[in-house]
Amino acid sequence: MGQTIIEKIISAHCGQPVRPGEIVWLDLDVVSARDFGGPNVVKNYEQEYGEQPVFDPTRVVFTFDLCVPACTLKYADNQQVCRSFAQRHGLRVFDVDCGIGSHVMMEEGLAGPGKTLVGTDSHLNILGAVGCFGQGMGDVDITFSFKTGRTWFEVPGTVKVQITGQPSPWASPKDLTLYLCKTLGTKKVALKAVEFVGEAVRQFTLAGRITLCSMVTEMAGIIGFVPELNENMNKELAAIPGFSLEDWVGPDPEADYEEVLEIDVSGLPPQVAVPYLPHKVKSIDEVKGTRIDSGFIGSCTNGRVEDFRQAAAILKGKKVKDGVILKCVPATRQVYQTLLDEGILEILFKSGAVISNPGCGGCAEGHIGLTGEGEVQISTGNRNFYGKQGKGQTYLASPAVVAASCLAGEIISPEDI
Amino acid sequence: MEEKIIQGRVWVLVDEKGQLIEDIDTDQIYHNAHLHITDRQLMGQYALGNLAGWQDFSQKARPGDIIIAGRNFGAGSSRQQAVDCFLALGIAAIVAPSFGAIYFRNAVNSALPVIRCPEVETLVNDGQLATGDEVRLPLVSGQGENITRQIKFNFIPFSGVQLAIIQAGGLFPYAHQLDKR
Repeated sequence: MGQTIIEKIISAHCGQPVRPGEIVWLDLDVVSARDFGGPNVVKNYEQEYGEQPVFDPTRVVFTFDLCVPACTLKYADNQQVCRSFAQRHGLRVFDVDCGIGSHVMMEEGLAGPGKTLVGTDSHLNILGAVGCFGQGMGDVDITFSFKTGRTWFEVPGTVKVQITGQPSPWASPKDLTLYLCKTLGTKKVALKAVEFVGEAVRQFTLAGRITLCSMVTEMAGIIGFVPELNENMNKELAAIPGFSLEDWVGPDPEADYEEVLEIDVSGLPPQVAVPYLPHKVKSIDEVKGTRIDSGFIGSCTNGRVEDFRQAAAILKGKKVKDGVILKCVPATRQVYQTLLDEGILEILFKSGAVISNPGCGGCAEGHIGLTGEGEVQISTGNRNFYGKQGKGQTYLASPAVVAASCLAGEIISPEDI
Repeated sequence: MEEKIIQGRVWVLVDEKGQLIEDIDTDQIYHNAHLHITDRQLMGQYALGNLAGWQDFSQKARPGDIIIAGRNFGAGSSRQQAVDCFLALGIAAIVAPSFGAIYFRNAVNSALPVIRCPEVETLVNDGQLATGDEVRLPLVSGQGENITRQIKFNFIPFSGVQLAIIQAGGLFPYAHQLDKR
């Protein structure tokens, strides 16, 4: 019997071959906490373990990305609590100037192929994009992992999603991802690991894989992987510190899948998730003409260089419609630097966009504002739950659709610009 | 394994049409506006504070009460507060057809029994389980009963490690037990 990717990674981190349904003690390569959840971890830790050392100070990190720099005293205090703990224990802090923790950990090589990483970010399964088993957990779990370097885990079964056909030229990885959210809902891959295969996803660059893997959380899945590589992806992986292509984990040819689902994306047009569920997805034609007040480009789902390149291609030489606010938040400092070097920030700025320092931006409370009652926002984020980003309504779309819609003041397809 | 029985009055989380609410996410359970709070006792007042029709839950709930919800309860973020707010109110268990993966772990780690019971959908829809009923939940056998209406039902029992953590009172006490052995 062969193994799927998740079964291989877990087997290598618990010292025995595993099958779905088994509960094992999983060894962790890296444990992280952020500015939400982090202070609770510190509080728990001091209560339970006093001044005892963490399991390995080189493998425990803080990443501040939600309220950066802190815009209220409470968050300022909370971040300081984490900094002080980190100093006493000799831990690295990726502070308020670094960007989204999951992305920073990918860039820094902390999250690499075949590794295990947990933290207080529910979108840490985004790390499946680089073949890493990442998992968001609560502060009790993370406290325990700070101390022991381990966690209990139930080995999930794996569903293979076979994607056939090629989407339309205007559909980006986000559009394909939203369509998968719609098709898979929150039931079909709930509590499962997912392997996405097929030419349409094999072609994805790292940014596209990040978009897809980040929204496995919204599909209620445990983690998603895209096992098949391409030349461009090989180059992007090679740029990660400490990366070796030999570490890449693929499934065994005779791996045992609980289910194989086939999804045809031939000719797929741009997709938009309407309020208030990420899997309530419609084709762009069904929502065209919806008036918008604001747009947001960024988040762990769409905050990479490529995402902003796509937006800039549409915004170049044009102005965001009067009365519409477009907010742009690069995922990390490294992304920001590239956008600066490529002149993309200038294009965004001249189009009228607000550009903020790296971080989680529009998905978290505070960092770059909230929506007021009656406000309609179109966002490249991953969640549009009621009340999450304020009292307004949030539509989810690709960077190109958000950019085009901000020019028009209403939802439109980039092909109409 | 020693049986642990939970018995209490239930709150069935239904919408205005009387349907069991599915996909209740952590922002509806405990909104991100209150995430800066680290003192558990202060979290109870915000439990279900962003769920339409249930904003006053914290005033209605009594210690020992049990929540019945639709599938995928606790979807969304990893915040422990979405579990802790119920512990602050003394909620004894949450029963749903399924839970968000992270939520399920968080609850087990805090010794809040989260009971996976696909049958509750039918029970609620058929009027065999409603707010105010008294239910009995033996965690090891998985054979539940609605005492008020004398209806038996089954739920998925906990596995070894999960039950050991719950029995110990949470992941920390469990870990201390392991250390002592």
